[in-house]
Amino acid sequence: MDPMAAKYIGAGIACIGMGGAGVGVGTIFGNYLAAALRNPSAAQGQFGNLIFGFAVTEALGIFSLLIALLLLFAL
Amino acid sequence: MADPIHQFQIVNYFSLGKIGSVNLAFTNSALYMGIAVGIIAALMLGATAQRQLVPGRMQSIAELAYEFIADTIRNTAGEGGMKFFPLVFSLFMFILVSNMVGLIPYNFTVASHLIVTAALAVLVFLTVVIYGFWNNGVHFFKVFVPSGVPVLILPLVVMLEVFSFLIRPVSHSVRLFANMLAGHITLKVFAAFVTMVGGLGIVGWIGATLPLALTIALTALELLVAFLQAYVFTILTCIYLNDALHPGGH
Repeated sequence: MDPMAAKYIGAGIACIGMGGAGVGVGTIFGNYLAAALRNPSAAQGQFGNLIFGFAVTEALGIFSLLIALLLLFAL
Repeated sequence: MADPIHQFQIVNYFSLGKIGSVNLAFTNSALYMGIAVGIIAALMLGATAQRQLVPGRMQSIAELAYEFIADTIRNTAGEGGMKFFPLVFSLFMFILVSNMVGLIPYNFTVASHLIVTAALAVLVFLTVVIYGFWNNGVHFFKVFVPSGVPVLILPLVVMLEVFSFLIRPVSHSVRLFANMLAGHITLKVFAAFVTMVGGLGIVGWIGATLPLALTIALTALELLVAFLQAYVFTILTCIYLNDALHPGGH
């Protein structure tokens, strides 16, 4: 196979990992919303935890994006 | 059609001299960093020039920003974290204002370049490491040893903790950079659709309203992302500083 083509295919495959991060971020915000509707008074206090969980989950999606960008532009 | 990457072009305005083979130039990136700092300084100094017990509009903005960041630090890093307030507040305001300025059409987004966000993330990382060792000495290594883990799997957990600690500056910087880059490329791609469809004539003008409406909606979303990413960067800074202040406390 043409190595350039293999690079582009690899970058595309690497981006599939971001789907997992999407599932994770959706789970976090969905559960936060569900819990916030059950107990709205406690929701404000957990906003920091929400953002932290979001950031940590999103980091994994960012790693796959990083691999895709490295494949496209650096390697 | 202008390509959507064109907006990230670095333009040299004038050269300040050379160090070795490196051309030390004043670029549009430097200009917009200066603009962001200027806006923050004007806002903060203007708001506190005539302080009143009942704050006016400007003073309310400054007090809101102060209380917002101070609460975040107290909640995540404890009362001891307040000694890092100037650093955290500067980071938050710089990222927030430079993102907001970058959202105005034709303006340059500073955080859309990895080198800028990487410099900020490395600054935070080095602050955590240096202050951690200066404050706790060897006890700082407790950061890698979570309490209450069975001895059998401890080596594995420590290895993972060391890895996740070292990867922090990467994820910290790439998160902000990737969000800004992807958001601005998406905006420009949809804006290009407007001119492409609008060029087809009368039928195209009707069709072009759809991507135009989407561009407006995306701008609103980007406004949220600009604030959210500044806040995420800040809260992660606080959480990392918490490790330097209270190692092994997690």
